[in-house]
Amino acid sequence: MAEAHPVGFQWVMEAKRRGAKVFHVDPRFTRTSAMADQHLALRVGTDIAFLGGLVHYVLERDRYFHDYVVNYTNAPFIVGEQFRDTEDLEGLFSGFDASAGGYKTESWQYEGTEASPSAGRRDQWQKSGQPQEGETSSHGRERASSGPERAGSGGPVYPGSPESDPTLTHPRCVFQVLKRHFARYTPEMVAQVCGISEEAFTEVAEALVTNSGPERTSAFAYSVGWTQHTVGVQYIRTASILQLLLGNIGRPGGGILALRGHASIQGSTDIPTLFNLLPGYIPMPQAHTNEDLQSFAEADGATKGYWGNMRSYLVSLLKAWWGDNATADNDYCFDYLPRLTGDHGTYQTVVDQIEGLVKGYFVIGQNPAVGSSNARQQRLGLANLEWLVVRDFNMIETATFWKDGPEIESGELATEDIGTEVFFLPAAAHTEKEGTFTNTQRMLQWHRKAVEPQGDQRSDLWFYYHLGRRIREKLTGRRPERTAEQRERDRSVLELTWDYPTEGPMAEPSPDAVLREINGTGPDGESLSGYTQLADDGSTRCGCWIYCGVYADGVNQADRRKPGNEQSWVAPEWGWAWPMNRRILYNRASADPDGRPWSERKAYVWWDTEQEQWTGHDVPDFDKKKAPDYEPDPAATGPEAIKGAEPFIMQSDGRGWLYVPAGLVDGPLPAHYEPQESPVSNPVYPNQQRNPARQIFARPENRYQPSGAERGSEVFPYLFTTFRLTEHHTAGGMSRWLSHLSELAPAMFVEVSPELAAERGLRHLDWATLVTARTAIEARVLVTERMQPLRLDGRTLHQIGIPWHWGPNGMTTGDAANELLGVALDPNVHIMETKASTCDIRPGRRPRGVELAPFVAEYRRRAGITELTGTEHADDPSLTGRDERERGNENER
Amino acid sequence: MREWLRWPVLRQLSGSDFLGRGRAARSPSADEPARIENADSVVRSVCPYCAVGCGQRVFVRDGEVTQIEGDPDSPVSRGRLCPKGSASRQLVTSPSRQTKVRYRRPHGTEWEDLDLDTAVDMIADRVLATRDETWEQTDEQGSLLRRAMGIASLGGATLDNEENYLMKKLYTALGAIQVENQARI
Repeated sequence: MAEAHPVGFQWVMEAKRRGAKVFHVDPRFTRTSAMADQHLALRVGTDIAFLGGLVHYVLERDRYFHDYVVNYTNAPFIVGEQFRDTEDLEGLFSGFDASAGGYKTESWQYEGTEASPSAGRRDQWQKSGQPQEGETSSHGRERASSGPERAGSGGPVYPGSPESDPTLTHPRCVFQVLKRHFARYTPEMVAQVCGISEEAFTEVAEALVTNSGPERTSAFAYSVGWTQHTVGVQYIRTASILQLLLGNIGRPGGGILALRGHASIQGSTDIPTLFNLLPGYIPMPQAHTNEDLQSFAEADGATKGYWGNMRSYLVSLLKAWWGDNATADNDYCFDYLPRLTGDHGTYQTVVDQIEGLVKGYFVIGQNPAVGSSNARQQRLGLANLEWLVVRDFNMIETATFWKDGPEIESGELATEDIGTEVFFLPAAAHTEKEGTFTNTQRMLQWHRKAVEPQGDQRSDLWFYYHLGRRIREKLTGRRPERTAEQRERDRSVLELTWDYPTEGPMAEPSPDAVLREINGTGPDGESLSGYTQLADDGSTRCGCWIYCGVYADGVNQADRRKPGNEQSWVAPEWGWAWPMNRRILYNRASADPDGRPWSERKAYVWWDTEQEQWTGHDVPDFDKKKAPDYEPDPAATGPEAIKGAEPFIMQSDGRGWLYVPAGLVDGPLPAHYEPQESPVSNPVYPNQQRNPARQIFARPENRYQPSGAERGSEVFPYLFTTFRLTEHHTAGGMSRWLSHLSELAPAMFVEVSPELAAERGLRHLDWATLVTARTAIEARVLVTERMQPLRLDGRTLHQIGIPWHWGPNGMTTGDAANELLGVALDPNVHIMETKASTCDIRPGRRPRGVELAPFVAEYRRRAGITELTGTEHADDPSLTGRDERERGNENER
Repeated sequence: MREWLRWPVLRQLSGSDFLGRGRAARSPSADEPARIENADSVVRSVCPYCAVGCGQRVFVRDGEVTQIEGDPDSPVSRGRLCPKGSASRQLVTSPSRQTKVRYRRPHGTEWEDLDLDTAVDMIADRVLATRDETWEQTDEQGSLLRRAMGIASLGGATLDNEENYLMKKLYTALGAIQVENQARI
């Protein structure tokens, strides 16, 4: 955190100054470790074991926050008899289908309910009475691809009420299921898996539990070190279980805090340039399950919590987009929304580029030619396009791959053979345009324009507005020559609301007008003040329901700049946080079931008995007038169905989920699996090496390496992880062209321990070559005691740290770390594993030109790598039906 | 040799400021007026790098950014910026920044000039052609798809919310679903 989010880290130091203990869990010793009370250098890819050990510690010693757990979580709910845990099935949960490489999740439900994974599949469930597996398409199995992301904002729904045991003693209540599931995550197991001492682990565990409870709270801060794994979602789940057990959610000083890495990466998730979502975490409709608006929205309408109003959010969005053309008679243009059939994420897209299915590509302020896993695969995709539009400040690698990319150097591709037509359009900088960024705390801040852009530099708002305007003009002009079918297809474009006012000689569209559309308007055309005003009858318009209120009272709330030292410590008058300017989500949990603060020390939001409303330091994340003793009518739906003592109002049961009966595709509970590529056999579940439900792409340009005890795994004996420097940013597009930053961090390097340097003959500041099944790269060697060998089961394991900022262009150049990585994804969110893999390292520079490919091929041959390597979904043949002959073939090859 | 003589420690040991707390430790530029003193205007902004959202003050003179400093009013950052935020004046004023559209024709070996207006017009034509060419109205079973699988997009995490909004709105209306950004990466 001190390295990648240094200014945010000042608050950790403030906490430390006031007596907080700071623990840094990271394979590498960094500036954060230097300031922490204790640094735990665990093995990369083992955080579920570490966090699971903490869960075990809390449960075994009854150190959980009893009243919080019983009242605010699903701990008392009874899980159905059909559920089988990893304890019963040697590392698998019930419902695994090895041929499909995924789970059927119906056996994970509560007793007395019928869980449904997400809005995306619900009507299908209702028709058949039980869940069905989706169709298989060229994009893989069609499953509820948006379910998990939706769950991130609200949680899937289940009709009916689960059986409950407030004593937490029923053998199948979630609490007891948890106890059994985490029983094997003992301190000894943690030490064995993570490579840290039992004493160090116990010190963290004891500090955490003593610093949690009514009087105190503890927080976890994480970044992509937790998310970029084939089990990334389950990393976060483990932390969620732990923090819910300790009562550290919805309270000041608590939480699980995501430190995100781009100025508006939160905003581009909320208003998603993502395939599976519409603004405000509404899922994109699926082809085979969402035939009309009614089937899409009605299941949510029949459930509890604020997602019960999803129809209002969606109809208001459709009205914002298609205006007067969206009417009750035409389903508010619901059929203008394109439909999904499976995974259409960026890694599937690059495969489809190579296969010739995707022909045109816009790359906007991103640099996949060095910034995405398996960078060569990305460039092969770029080289097979018909047209490519790149908008950036500088000539990044994605714009110049056809001229001077690594494949040109190696002779694999020739410039003249590449048919991609490339448009490079220079972009305006943040000082040359106005608009909002949403920071990592969900806070929108308006930045003002300081100067005009130069030459052809334009904002992306300008580009998309004028591109859309031109497309609409062309379609209108061509209308006579269009067929009836084409004219029908064009309606969604021509009927779109696209009349933003422009200003100045460049005809810049007004970002203020766009923000007003996002905020939404009522029947009178005035700005709405909050999402509770949204209606499902077409009378309101709103471009993103969670942002409704950012323009409350006709004022740009994101532009508020009351100095921090002139307001309370919550600082509610600086910028605007979604939803409704709430700074801590689910903050009703900061009070006990009766509405009183758990302690005076940790008072944040409470029930004012005289005023008969919720009040406090923050905007209460609860119906302001709903009393703590409110009991809903059993037939109630939507927000009214949430009790006065249930804080998690976006969840369909008002509770925090320790156990997930629906919404995840790889298990209702987290389990430690080894990364896709690991030198270690899974010590926790010896029969299940990798996440059985992970998403993989077995392709010639994306070969995987043997793992654990598999033959050939010794060819890639060293663990590596990628990381960021303070002095550079992501794939370098905003830092490698700056002399100040290039001087501070002037060369691509790798961090190795003195022991590894001795073992491999690596010398400080000399060159080293790193090799994986994908390719080889070179880097300067930084020998440092910041990297420490691990002792695991009497064996020494070395870890290598690799910064990922470099590429061939700019002021400071070097090979990209992403060349080394394969593409293996978390199945819930399709995010790749970059934080744990294996490689070889040797002294000297890498082979150049035509010599590179045979050098890497020889490694693959030595490791016995085939198209089958690393692709199995369950390890036990009796469970998978995997053909023994197949294994034989694999070994022969 | 010349550089050696300007070495601060040499000045410190040879001059009257033996403890190095005065003149010996000052560089000549410390006596020049600060860039922020003669600014025409100061504009409030937000750091464009990571998602902490540090407040920035952008100093402008004669239509050019002359300095960017931390905003002490911000309750997030209290005036601080990290090395990247502190270098953001260079980000926006760097001479390496492209100011002109560049075009590479299919199989071309060099960049060519292209008028911005023409470029946007050509891109609009490409989008419409690819949209028609790869349009899927329904699947084999007759389920509605209404999409163009030949068009994809990557990027958004470095942009403004308003820009992401227009992107998603236009792409969705066109039927382009393969829209992604760094949040997936």
